[in-house]
Amino acid sequence: MLVTRAAQALSNASEFKTRSFNATKWNTLLVLVSLLFSIPLAVVFGSILFPEKEVWTHLSDTVLTDYIGNSLALLIGVGFFSLLLGVIPAWMVTMYRFPMSRQLEWALLLPMSIPAYIIAYSYTGALDVAGPFQTMIRALTGWHYRDYWFPEVRSLGGAIAMLSLVLYPYIYLLARAAFIEQSICVLEVSRTLGCNTVDAFRRVALPLARPAIMVGLSLVVMETLADYGTVQYFGVSAFTTGIFRTWFGLGNSMAAAQLSALLLVFVVFFLYLEKRSRRQARYHHTSSRYSRLMQQQLSKGQGTIALSVCAAPVVFGFIIPVGLLINWSLDTYSSVLGKDFYALLFNSLLLAFITSILALFIALFMAYSNRNSQSVINRMMVRFVSMGYAIPGTVIAVGVLIPFAWFDNTLDRILMDNFNINSGLLISGTVFTLIFAYLVRFLAVSINTSEAALGKIKPVMDEVAKTAGMVPANIVKRIHMPMMRGSLLTALLLVFVDVLKELPATLILRPFNFNTLAVRTYELANEELLADAAVPALAIVMAGIIPVILISNSISKSRPGNKSSQ
Amino acid sequence: MNNAIEIKDVSLAIEGRPILEDISFGVNEAEIACLLGASGCGKTTLLRCIAGFEKQYQGEVWIKGVRVSNATHYLPVEQRNIGMVFQDYALFPHMSVKDNIIFGLRKLNASLVKQRLDELVALLSLENHLNKYPHNLSGGQQQRVALARAMAPRPGVLLLDEPFASLDVELREQIARELRQILKKDGITTIMVTHNQLEAFAMADVIGVMNEGQLLQWDTAINLYHEPQTSVVAKFIGEGVFISGEVINAKEVQTEVGIIQSPVSHETELGETVRVLIRPDDILHDDDSHMTARVIDKAFRGAEFLYTLELDSGLQLLSLVPSHHDHPINEAIGIRVEIDHLVIFPEKKPRGR
Amino acid sequence: MNKLLLISLLFIQQLSFAAEVNVYSARKEALIKPLFDQFTKETGIQVNLVTGEADTLLKRLEVEGRNSPADILLTVDVARLIRAKESGLFQQTDSDVLDKAIPEYYRDSDKQWFGLSLRSRVIIYAPDRVKASELSNYADLANKKWKDRICVRSSSNVYNQSLVAAMIANEGLEKTEAWAAGLVKNFARKPKGGDRDQIKAVAAEVCDVALVNTYYLAGMLASNQEDEVEAAKKIKLFWPDQAGRGAHMNVSGAGILKPSKNKKEAIQLLEFLVSDYAQHWYADTNYEFSINLAIDSSSILKSWGDFKADKLNLSLLGKYNRDSVLLMDRVGWK
Repeated sequence: MLVTRAAQALSNASEFKTRSFNATKWNTLLVLVSLLFSIPLAVVFGSILFPEKEVWTHLSDTVLTDYIGNSLALLIGVGFFSLLLGVIPAWMVTMYRFPMSRQLEWALLLPMSIPAYIIAYSYTGALDVAGPFQTMIRALTGWHYRDYWFPEVRSLGGAIAMLSLVLYPYIYLLARAAFIEQSICVLEVSRTLGCNTVDAFRRVALPLARPAIMVGLSLVVMETLADYGTVQYFGVSAFTTGIFRTWFGLGNSMAAAQLSALLLVFVVFFLYLEKRSRRQARYHHTSSRYSRLMQQQLSKGQGTIALSVCAAPVVFGFIIPVGLLINWSLDTYSSVLGKDFYALLFNSLLLAFITSILALFIALFMAYSNRNSQSVINRMMVRFVSMGYAIPGTVIAVGVLIPFAWFDNTLDRILMDNFNINSGLLISGTVFTLIFAYLVRFLAVSINTSEAALGKIKPVMDEVAKTAGMVPANIVKRIHMPMMRGSLLTALLLVFVDVLKELPATLILRPFNFNTLAVRTYELANEELLADAAVPALAIVMAGIIPVILISNSISKSRPGNKSSQ
Repeated sequence: MNNAIEIKDVSLAIEGRPILEDISFGVNEAEIACLLGASGCGKTTLLRCIAGFEKQYQGEVWIKGVRVSNATHYLPVEQRNIGMVFQDYALFPHMSVKDNIIFGLRKLNASLVKQRLDELVALLSLENHLNKYPHNLSGGQQQRVALARAMAPRPGVLLLDEPFASLDVELREQIARELRQILKKDGITTIMVTHNQLEAFAMADVIGVMNEGQLLQWDTAINLYHEPQTSVVAKFIGEGVFISGEVINAKEVQTEVGIIQSPVSHETELGETVRVLIRPDDILHDDDSHMTARVIDKAFRGAEFLYTLELDSGLQLLSLVPSHHDHPINEAIGIRVEIDHLVIFPEKKPRGR
Repeated sequence: MNKLLLISLLFIQQLSFAAEVNVYSARKEALIKPLFDQFTKETGIQVNLVTGEADTLLKRLEVEGRNSPADILLTVDVARLIRAKESGLFQQTDSDVLDKAIPEYYRDSDKQWFGLSLRSRVIIYAPDRVKASELSNYADLANKKWKDRICVRSSSNVYNQSLVAAMIANEGLEKTEAWAAGLVKNFARKPKGGDRDQIKAVAAEVCDVALVNTYYLAGMLASNQEDEVEAAKKIKLFWPDQAGRGAHMNVSGAGILKPSKNKKEAIQLLEFLVSDYAQHWYADTNYEFSINLAIDSSSILKSWGDFKADKLNLSLLGKYNRDSVLLMDRVGWK
């Protein structure tokens, strides 16, 4: 496998580091790579140095409190509900046997393949005042709009619901992996100390899974902060609305970048709080024994409750919206499918494929370099690069656009002055810039996953292998790779799905005559042609399902001591 | 029901595979019992069945006069009034030592918790570790924390699963003796599981020997050694060899090493061929003896040598000899047989009791 | 091997072909590509297209600078055309064809940008709850009698920004702010959704009156979705301010960019876009009015009858766009 070979090379190099002068080279490379991917973020941060006083005065006088308030409410709401929807089913499918529990294990991940703006469109189409559901109510009862109460889809609450429904799988994914990896002994011991299963969950399993859940939560928080499509469509004035309004309405992209930088401050603060609250406690397991994970068979009544609890996120987050999309597609598919459509599909898959592989390599490189390094600077660089996840794609895109165009134009000028060669724009407006922007935005996902995977391999395992006469390349191949395979696959597929869904950066950076499924979906939906948008939207969802199911499988097999993993 | 723990005819299967068959025994109040057997014999499963993690399909488990399970009804683990120490202690890595210990005490008010904590800390000498986290403790310290945590809620019975497996070998017996003192001081009824007979001897008032899902014998250590009821127990407990013999009368057996007498009668038939257990301490080294055997192997045990001896006939015996008698391999030495407890089994060994 | 070649092609800038023109378009692909295809068919000139939000395209042009490959920027509102002009992105284009086809108040006086199609922001109402005689002009919508009866989309929408900018140009800042404040008080609900949603909301009795662009209403009437047609049929269009300046107009338009390397082809394309063929296509496909109202429009558009259009010079809309956003922020128009 390609990944294995690359990781071997990386490890070879990191091995040299401890031995010889190559250490400096290796470190320099890490710093260079981190710097490269930090450029767009630095551009965003750099904007703070040129404060747009007038705009800021206006914003703080009028709408800024609104933006902050709504964004906070959105964060708290989405955070809370995705925890609820993610953690509880993760626990149930891991610990209990009930009807459909096997199927739900992977089905609970499915909503991840639906872009937030698409679920927002479909629910609005169905449940809005003018949608079929409310129209039917009115037709059946003879009521008028003001005669009855119906929850407003396009509201802050609706945005929280939509985002929670598609983002909870991040938490579910990581929580389930954590629960599966937990030593069953600590759960059993808590039972002998008078905890019933609920207490054992609350007092032991949950705190132990906390680091994993927090990683999931921070992904959710960052996605929420970066969301524009949903809040804009629902008319919720969140922070991102502010960014775009400042840019589009006031024509001030600098102030928009400053708002983004402020957003980053939010994120940093959140991450800091989380880290601080953990302090001394360690979460790796003192126990190395893993007894058979005994799933408790639930009674009929309990089973029905568990089934409803675990099926609800799937039904609302996947089955209903996809059902709606299918329903609309039936009217329009014949006019949408065609050669042109397959080109979209090909473009989307190709971009997702290339980006996810590159992201994995870079993440592995960073994880290996940091593995034995004590350098605070290295660590901080890697953390900084991870923050791209919280920045709206549009802002990232501009952060990419500016330095790349500067590079192209500078190169052109130098070549022109010296050799009279007109190189034009070499890399701006190519797929390369687009992939670079994806990497800046999504590297966090693969970095987090790779670091966690590598962290589980204790250095003593390397030492054991060395005493057995293995060279580093062999250690990577025969020890690290088999142990990390599941996690790395997850990293790969998460980025794949994310790129498939990505819209704003694609919209801005793509080359001429180059469309993706997400772009097509957006263009149609934005012209308020929901029915036509349904087909490409469905294609995104379908293309995302396969990786999602693969992720689920790789996790089921990851339990230490589980024989099927060998 | 006088026993603190009563196990009645328990049979258990996991995924269709029988693990326990018709297990019955009782443990008295404040007694320390030990389930002893090779790995895979079902002893841990039995412990887990008592705790409530496994469910038997037949039989009953009583704890402190309460039936906690029968073939169809099972009290949940948390309602069984038990404490358990796991093989690897399973301390909560996210909690300090103090929080680990008081984990099971959350229904008590603060002053009672403090009182119990102080008692346990004194009993187990944990004064200096209360604010540490498990990953900063040594193996022995971890064990004491696990014990304190299990004992804190004053369970009716304490279950220990291979409590010494994670400790250094040299420390095990010493810690086992200390542990026994602690448990005796507390007066808690205990069932422990181990595969190591020395640990069992050091800890237990009563030992149950298990093999292939069956409880072979429930007895004191001395009785298990001297009066094993089956050849499996005899082989498992202590060392020794079986030699063939013929019954002369109820108290005497003719063997290759002479007539062996027993102070008590055995239920055997005259002329029946039996197997006689010869322990290493039954064979004494005696330079004056006319019977000699050749040394074919020897193991130094400090105060003694354990010699493997071979008679001219090819019969092999074990002998425990004070270590100042250092004989090279192949030397023939004089031996004498002196047996206090005659242990014989019919030639065709029956299974079970 | 073929795939590899294809992939590597994606990574390098588009190779130059003999005759081509590169377009950055804020018009969605579906609403412009067929015209380009027709143009290629007629002239053999290849049209390369990137679509996107107008402001991000502007930003892209700005940073790409003199080496930008783009020849033409197409937008769907006049404010962005003016923003592009102010940023110095456009160059002057001399074309008699364009000058003749486009009325002068729908093109730039410096010949930098040209309106290509027209749309109007009009009042729609529910005839069972509102009499046409109760309606008059935009200013009237601030009247207390409309309290809790008006639906409008968000102030982030450029058509609302342009409408307010036009008010500022016509009435002055202070008067417009008072008007907007009154209008906001009359909102039946928080602004949300697009123009079609406002139409559906009136049909569903959420409100009685709404401000929408004409082509959305026409698009719904011509939709293959039954519920859209039904909703559109429940409401009626009212041409505002017919006694005064006329209905507020906006254009979709384009200009030729400074770095253009295919100026000749670019002019050809712009001239094609004002040809009878293209103007009919706008009307038939997207229900926009021809830039020169004299040209026949589609039957749906005709069914609304003749109207008086505001002849305000559109350059002013760009000039006041920023003021309009700040103003709407101040009055709490979300």
